[in-house]
Amino acid sequence: MSKTLQHPAVARALSLGLLLTFWIAAAELTADASVLPQPWMLLGPFAEALASGALPYHLGMTLWRVVCAFVPAMAIGAALGFLMGRVPAVDQWLDPWLVVFLNLPALVLIVLCYLWIGLNEAAAILAVVLNKVPNVATILREGARALDPSLGAMAEVYRMRPLARLRHVILPQLAPFIAGAARSGIAVIWKIVLVVEFLGRSSGIGFQIHFYFQLFDVAMVLVYALSFIGVMLLVEALILQPSERRVRRWRTA
Amino acid sequence: MIKVDVRRKAFGEEEVLRDIQFEVDVGETIAIVGASGIGKSTLLRLIAGIDHDFDGKIRRPEKIGMVFQEPVLLPWRSVAENLTLVHPELGSEAALSGLERVGILDKARLFPGQLSLGQQRRLALARAFAGRPDLLVMDEPYVSLDPATAEEMLALTEMLIAETGPAVILVTHSDVEAQRLARRHLRLHGRPATITSELATGSASVFSGVHHDRA
Repeated sequence: MSKTLQHPAVARALSLGLLLTFWIAAAELTADASVLPQPWMLLGPFAEALASGALPYHLGMTLWRVVCAFVPAMAIGAALGFLMGRVPAVDQWLDPWLVVFLNLPALVLIVLCYLWIGLNEAAAILAVVLNKVPNVATILREGARALDPSLGAMAEVYRMRPLARLRHVILPQLAPFIAGAARSGIAVIWKIVLVVEFLGRSSGIGFQIHFYFQLFDVAMVLVYALSFIGVMLLVEALILQPSERRVRRWRTA
Repeated sequence: MIKVDVRRKAFGEEEVLRDIQFEVDVGETIAIVGASGIGKSTLLRLIAGIDHDFDGKIRRPEKIGMVFQEPVLLPWRSVAENLTLVHPELGSEAALSGLERVGILDKARLFPGQLSLGQQRRLALARAFAGRPDLLVMDEPYVSLDPATAEEMLALTEMLIAETGPAVILVTHSDVEAQRLARRHLRLHGRPATITSELATGSASVFSGVHHDRA
């Protein structure tokens, strides 16, 4: 293979182009726009949804719920995971709970939250948080177990203050684990948010997909789904990757 | 001023140390010697206050510096920050002069990973002395170095000890290192280990000042 084909950006574009080609070929073969429309046939509905304000509104609602669930899920999961990794007694007591919640299907948690709390925003967010916390805790527990004991000894001897220890000794060691949890977290959370909206909210991408599913409108389902994927790609490129590069600077220097 | 009284230290059922008592005066350097695996590092961790799980009592000053077997730096913070974050009371100017004294002033903005191992050890030394410690503990600081570098580091250490004047407790299995730095040698022996002999030599050159020009 030639050098230009191996360039990451070129390979990425080509790979995405290939996916698009498959789509076009599949749409050509089905020859039924109500089952699978051609990519360019989505542009019209997309522009319409954008102009009417429906797409930005529902996109915003979903994004808002993702943020509302992501922040507490990361904070609680990281704190729990860290404690479990550092204190064996806590690990012993919480590990069985972790296994139960890890194996509880997202759908069950969502339905139970709606049944117990009611069809409201708090139940929706809580359901997503409860689904995500065990994953974050599991990843961060590994990170806490892998902390370098000699750095801990150094911080102890020099009587570093707790906050300085957290910020300069512990968090940098946990950074790869936090980044991993955030990566997988954000992807999983937005999928669960969609299910939550599908089942019991009257706004958001999930609600819109539910609506167009009932109308058998494949084009609009695709428009909403792809728009959010686009937003997530932007978040990845503009927020996640630059912050990761900054944190990893010392490795490549 | 430093009073060590360790009655018993065990890991689970295995008793490692028993009945170890000694005192170290201000400005005095002692070496703890003995075969590897005997429990020297364990004793040092008790003295430095890293490990509190033992029977007995240790009186130690507030300000302690420690040089570990490995440099043990924060690889994600710059060389200068490795001093200022560990010693927040240290101004940036004092940090830079600390780096200058060990000869790595020009590396202040680099990350520790960009330094050679010898330079990393110099940084670890600078960090140990930056807080002007009353007690300096050193855990086989130069075991993994080649003879020339070890000699360089020894000379630098002697200079810094003479300048700052802390009590020094050095753990080593190298008689050369022990002879060079310390007047008093405590030998650990047996299982559980205890002090079997105390040797005072006059050969320590700590305050003779002959090596000052080398650093």
